Amino acid sequence: MAQADARLRVRKQDGVVHVEFVDRNILDEANIQQIGEEISSLIDSESAPRLVISFSNVDHLSSAALGTLITIHNRMKAKKGQLRLANIDPQIYEVFVITKLNKLFDIHDSTEQAFASFR
Amino acid sequence: MAGGQPRARSNAKVSLLNEPDSIRAVEREILEAASTHGYPEAAQFAIRLALEEAVFNAFRHGHKHLPDEPVLVDWTVSRGSVRIVVEDRGPGFTPDAVPDPTHEDRLELPHGRGVMLMKAYMTQVEYNDRGNRVTMVYQKPQDD
Repeated sequence: MAQADARLRVRKQDGVVHVEFVDRNILDEANIQQIGEEISSLIDSESAPRLVISFSNVDHLSSAALGTLITIHNRMKAKKGQLRLANIDPQIYEVFVITKLNKLFDIHDSTEQAFASFR
Repeated sequence: MAGGQPRARSNAKVSLLNEPDSIRAVEREILEAASTHGYPEAAQFAIRLALEEAVFNAFRHGHKHLPDEPVLVDWTVSRGSVRIVVEDRGPGFTPDAVPDPTHEDRLELPHGRGVMLMKAYMTQVEYNDRGNRVTMVYQKPQDD
Protein backbone atom coordinates (compact mmCIF):
# COMPACT_ATOMS: atom_id res chain seq x y z
CA MET A 1 0.00 0.00 0.00
CA ALA A 2 1.85 3.07 -1.15
CA GLN A 3 -0.60 5.51 0.34
CA ALA A 4 0.72 8.81 1.61
CA ASP A 5 -2.61 10.59 1.75
CA ALA A 6 -3.23 13.64 3.83
CA ARG A 7 -6.74 12.77 4.96
CA LEU A 8 -6.49 9.05 5.63
CA ARG A 9 -4.25 6.52 7.32
CA VAL A 10 -4.38 3.29 5.39
CA ARG A 11 -2.90 -0.11 6.16
CA LYS A 12 -3.60 -3.61 5.02
CA GLN A 13 -3.76 -6.54 7.39
CA ASP A 14 -4.78 -10.14 6.61
CA GLY A 15 -6.32 -9.08 3.32
CA VAL A 16 -8.41 -6.36 4.97
CA VAL A 17 -7.87 -2.69 4.23
CA HIS A 18 -8.07 -0.58 7.37
CA VAL A 19 -8.79 3.11 6.96
CA GLU A 20 -8.61 5.76 9.68
CA PHE A 21 -9.37 9.43 9.35
CA VAL A 22 -6.66 11.95 10.08
CA ASP A 23 -9.19 14.73 10.75
CA ARG A 24 -11.27 14.84 13.91
CA ASN A 25 -13.94 16.68 12.02
CA ILE A 26 -14.77 15.16 8.64
CA LEU A 27 -16.88 18.05 7.49
CA ASP A 28 -15.31 20.39 5.01
CA GLU A 29 -16.64 19.75 1.57
CA ALA A 30 -13.14 19.64 0.12
CA ASN A 31 -12.02 17.16 2.80
CA ILE A 32 -15.06 15.00 2.28
CA GLN A 33 -14.53 14.94 -1.46
CA GLN A 34 -10.88 14.03 -1.03
CA ILE A 35 -11.73 11.31 1.49
CA GLY A 36 -14.30 9.89 -0.92
CA GLU A 37 -11.82 9.87 -3.79
CA GLU A 38 -9.07 8.28 -1.72
CA ILE A 39 -11.32 5.48 -0.46
CA SER A 40 -12.81 4.96 -3.91
CA SER A 41 -9.35 4.46 -5.38
CA LEU A 42 -8.63 1.93 -2.63
CA ILE A 43 -11.81 0.05 -3.51
CA ASP A 44 -11.02 0.15 -7.21
CA SER A 45 -7.57 -1.33 -6.61
CA GLU A 46 -9.01 -4.47 -4.97
CA SER A 47 -11.23 -7.25 -6.25
CA ALA A 48 -13.95 -8.12 -3.72
CA PRO A 49 -12.43 -5.62 -1.29
CA ARG A 50 -12.75 -5.99 2.46
CA LEU A 51 -12.65 -2.65 4.16
CA VAL A 52 -12.81 -1.43 7.76
CA ILE A 53 -13.30 2.28 8.28
CA SER A 54 -12.42 3.32 11.81
CA PHE A 55 -13.84 6.52 13.30
CA SER A 56 -11.60 6.54 16.36
CA ASN A 57 -10.25 10.03 15.67
CA VAL A 58 -13.56 11.54 14.58
CA ASP A 59 -15.64 13.71 16.90
CA HIS A 60 -17.96 15.31 14.39
CA LEU A 61 -19.43 14.74 10.95
CA SER A 62 -22.09 16.07 8.62
CA SER A 63 -24.74 14.80 6.26
CA ALA A 64 -22.25 15.38 3.43
CA ALA A 65 -19.86 12.97 5.13
CA LEU A 66 -22.71 10.48 5.52
CA GLY A 67 -23.34 10.90 1.79
CA THR A 68 -19.74 10.01 1.03
CA LEU A 69 -20.00 6.92 3.25
CA ILE A 70 -23.12 5.86 1.38
CA THR A 71 -21.35 6.32 -1.95
CA ILE A 72 -18.53 4.14 -0.60
CA HIS A 73 -21.08 1.56 0.55
CA ASN A 74 -22.68 1.51 -2.89
CA ARG A 75 -19.32 1.18 -4.59
CA MET A 76 -18.36 -1.69 -2.31
CA LYS A 77 -21.66 -3.39 -3.03
CA ALA A 78 -21.08 -3.08 -6.78
CA LYS A 79 -17.70 -4.76 -6.34
CA LYS A 80 -19.16 -7.43 -4.06
CA GLY A 81 -16.94 -6.14 -1.30
CA GLN A 82 -17.52 -6.10 2.44
CA LEU A 83 -17.55 -2.88 4.41
CA ARG A 84 -17.42 -2.48 8.18
CA LEU A 85 -17.51 0.70 10.23
CA ALA A 86 -15.95 0.74 13.70
CA ASN A 87 -15.12 2.82 16.75
CA ILE A 88 -17.90 5.32 16.29
CA ASP A 89 -18.30 7.85 19.10
CA PRO A 90 -21.75 7.56 20.77
CA GLN A 91 -22.79 11.07 19.69
CA ILE A 92 -21.91 10.29 16.09
CA TYR A 93 -23.54 6.88 16.31
CA GLU A 94 -26.74 8.69 17.25
CA VAL A 95 -26.58 10.49 13.90
CA PHE A 96 -26.51 7.07 12.23
CA VAL A 97 -29.51 6.00 14.31
CA ILE A 98 -31.53 9.15 13.55
CA THR A 99 -30.89 8.74 9.83
CA LYS A 100 -31.43 4.96 10.14
CA LEU A 101 -28.07 4.43 8.49
CA ASN A 102 -27.21 2.03 11.31
CA LYS A 103 -29.43 -0.36 9.33
CA LEU A 104 -27.49 0.16 6.13
CA PHE A 105 -23.99 -0.12 7.56
CA ASP A 106 -22.39 -3.01 9.40
CA ILE A 107 -21.17 -1.18 12.51
CA HIS A 108 -18.88 -2.65 15.16
CA ASP A 109 -17.83 -1.31 18.55
CA SER A 110 -14.13 -1.80 17.91
CA THR A 111 -11.74 -2.27 15.00
CA GLU A 112 -10.84 -5.69 16.42
CA GLN A 113 -14.47 -6.78 16.32
CA ALA A 114 -14.80 -5.47 12.78
CA PHE A 115 -11.75 -7.48 11.70
CA ALA A 116 -13.01 -10.56 13.51
CA SER A 117 -16.32 -10.34 11.65
CA PHE A 118 -14.56 -11.25 8.40
CA ARG A 119 -13.39 -14.62 9.79
CA MET B 1 -21.86 32.74 36.89
CA ALA B 2 -21.66 34.65 40.23
CA GLY B 3 -22.96 37.82 38.64
CA GLY B 4 -20.14 38.08 36.12
CA GLN B 5 -20.79 38.88 32.48
CA PRO B 6 -19.86 36.22 29.96
CA ARG B 7 -16.82 37.39 28.04
CA ALA B 8 -17.65 35.88 24.65
CA ARG B 9 -19.84 37.85 22.27
CA SER B 10 -23.44 36.67 22.57
CA ASN B 11 -24.78 37.71 19.21
CA ALA B 12 -23.65 38.81 15.77
CA LYS B 13 -24.73 39.20 12.17
CA VAL B 14 -22.14 37.77 9.85
CA SER B 15 -21.90 37.87 6.08
CA LEU B 16 -20.26 34.57 5.31
CA LEU B 17 -18.41 33.50 2.17
CA ASN B 18 -18.08 29.86 1.19
CA GLU B 19 -14.65 29.48 2.73
CA PRO B 20 -13.94 26.76 5.30
CA ASP B 21 -11.92 29.09 7.57
CA SER B 22 -14.68 31.71 7.69
CA ILE B 23 -17.35 29.10 8.36
CA ARG B 24 -15.23 27.55 11.11
CA ALA B 25 -14.66 30.96 12.71
CA VAL B 26 -18.40 31.64 13.03
CA GLU B 27 -19.00 28.14 14.28
CA ARG B 28 -16.24 28.54 16.88
CA GLU B 29 -17.63 31.85 18.09
CA ILE B 30 -21.16 30.49 18.51
CA LEU B 31 -19.90 27.41 20.33
CA GLU B 32 -17.70 29.52 22.59
CA ALA B 33 -20.70 31.64 23.49
CA ALA B 34 -22.75 28.49 24.10
CA SER B 35 -20.01 27.09 26.30
CA THR B 36 -19.80 30.36 28.24
CA HIS B 37 -23.55 30.21 28.80
CA GLY B 38 -23.30 26.70 30.17
CA TYR B 39 -24.56 24.62 27.27
CA PRO B 40 -23.39 21.02 27.71
CA GLU B 41 -21.32 19.19 25.14
CA ALA B 42 -24.33 17.38 23.68
CA ALA B 43 -26.02 20.74 23.07
CA GLN B 44 -22.92 22.09 21.39
CA PHE B 45 -22.76 19.00 19.19
CA ALA B 46 -26.39 19.59 18.17
CA ILE B 47 -25.94 23.31 17.50
CA ARG B 48 -22.78 22.74 15.50
CA LEU B 49 -24.38 20.02 13.39
CA ALA B 50 -27.49 22.08 12.63
CA LEU B 51 -25.46 25.19 11.82
CA GLU B 52 -23.22 23.28 9.46
CA GLU B 53 -26.14 21.65 7.69
CA ALA B 54 -27.92 25.00 7.27
CA VAL B 55 -24.81 26.76 5.94
CA PHE B 56 -23.93 23.81 3.70
CA ASN B 57 -27.45 23.78 2.25
CA ALA B 58 -27.38 27.56 1.72
CA PHE B 59 -24.18 27.40 -0.32
CA ARG B 60 -24.71 24.05 -2.01
CA HIS B 61 -28.34 24.51 -3.01
CA GLY B 62 -29.31 28.15 -2.43
CA HIS B 63 -26.18 29.54 -4.05
CA LYS B 64 -25.72 26.83 -6.64
CA HIS B 65 -25.67 29.54 -9.30
CA LEU B 66 -24.34 32.29 -7.01
CA PRO B 67 -20.99 30.85 -5.88
CA ASP B 68 -19.44 34.18 -4.91
CA GLU B 69 -22.40 35.52 -2.96
CA PRO B 70 -22.31 35.55 0.85
CA VAL B 71 -24.77 33.85 3.15
CA LEU B 72 -26.07 35.78 6.15
CA VAL B 73 -25.79 34.20 9.59
CA ASP B 74 -27.56 36.02 12.42
CA TRP B 75 -27.05 34.35 15.79
CA THR B 76 -27.90 34.96 19.42
CA VAL B 77 -26.87 32.88 22.39
CA SER B 78 -28.63 33.49 25.68
CA ARG B 79 -28.87 31.54 28.92
CA GLY B 80 -32.00 29.71 27.85
CA SER B 81 -31.67 29.32 24.10
CA VAL B 82 -29.56 29.61 21.00
CA ARG B 83 -31.15 31.16 17.92
CA ILE B 84 -29.48 30.96 14.51
CA VAL B 85 -30.86 32.40 11.28
CA VAL B 86 -29.21 31.40 8.00
CA GLU B 87 -30.32 33.27 4.90
CA ASP B 88 -29.16 32.84 1.34
CA ARG B 89 -29.90 34.85 -1.79
CA GLY B 90 -31.13 31.91 -3.81
CA PRO B 91 -34.65 31.18 -5.04
CA GLY B 92 -35.52 29.13 -1.95
CA PHE B 93 -37.03 25.69 -1.71
CA THR B 94 -39.99 23.88 -0.19
CA PRO B 95 -38.69 21.98 2.83
CA ASP B 96 -41.87 19.92 3.16
CA ALA B 97 -41.24 18.57 -0.34
CA VAL B 98 -37.96 16.97 0.69
CA PRO B 99 -38.68 13.24 0.82
CA ASP B 100 -38.06 11.21 3.98
CA PRO B 101 -34.41 10.07 3.72
CA THR B 102 -35.00 7.28 6.26
CA HIS B 103 -37.44 5.50 3.98
CA GLU B 104 -36.07 2.11 3.01
CA ASP B 105 -36.05 3.02 -0.68
CA ARG B 106 -33.98 6.13 -0.02
CA LEU B 107 -31.42 4.83 2.47
CA GLU B 108 -28.80 4.26 -0.23
CA LEU B 109 -29.13 7.77 -1.66
CA PRO B 110 -26.14 9.89 -0.64
CA HIS B 111 -28.04 13.14 -0.13
CA GLY B 112 -31.16 14.67 1.42
CA ARG B 113 -30.42 14.33 5.16
CA GLY B 114 -29.48 17.89 6.12
CA VAL B 115 -32.95 19.27 6.86
CA MET B 116 -33.93 16.17 8.77
CA LEU B 117 -30.82 16.40 10.96
CA MET B 118 -31.46 20.07 11.67
CA LYS B 119 -35.00 19.20 12.77
CA ALA B 120 -33.80 16.24 14.82
CA TYR B 121 -31.17 18.20 16.74
CA MET B 122 -32.79 21.63 17.18
CA THR B 123 -35.87 22.43 19.26
CA GLN B 124 -37.44 24.45 16.47
CA VAL B 125 -36.68 24.82 12.75
CA GLU B 126 -38.74 27.16 10.59
CA TYR B 127 -38.39 28.39 7.03
CA ASN B 128 -39.75 31.59 5.57
CA ASP B 129 -42.31 31.28 2.78
CA ARG B 130 -39.71 31.65 0.04
CA GLY B 131 -37.58 28.95 1.63
CA ASN B 132 -34.30 30.87 1.53
CA ARG B 133 -34.13 31.64 5.25
CA VAL B 134 -34.13 29.14 8.08
CA THR B 135 -34.54 30.06 11.74
CA MET B 136 -33.34 27.45 14.21
CA VAL B 137 -33.72 27.52 17.97
CA TYR B 138 -32.08 25.27 20.51
CA GLN B 139 -33.75 25.43 23.90
CA LYS B 140 -31.45 24.54 26.74
CA PRO B 141 -32.98 21.76 28.84
CA GLN B 142 -34.17 23.09 32.21
CA ASP B 143 -32.18 20.65 34.27
CA ASP B 144 -28.79 21.67 32.81
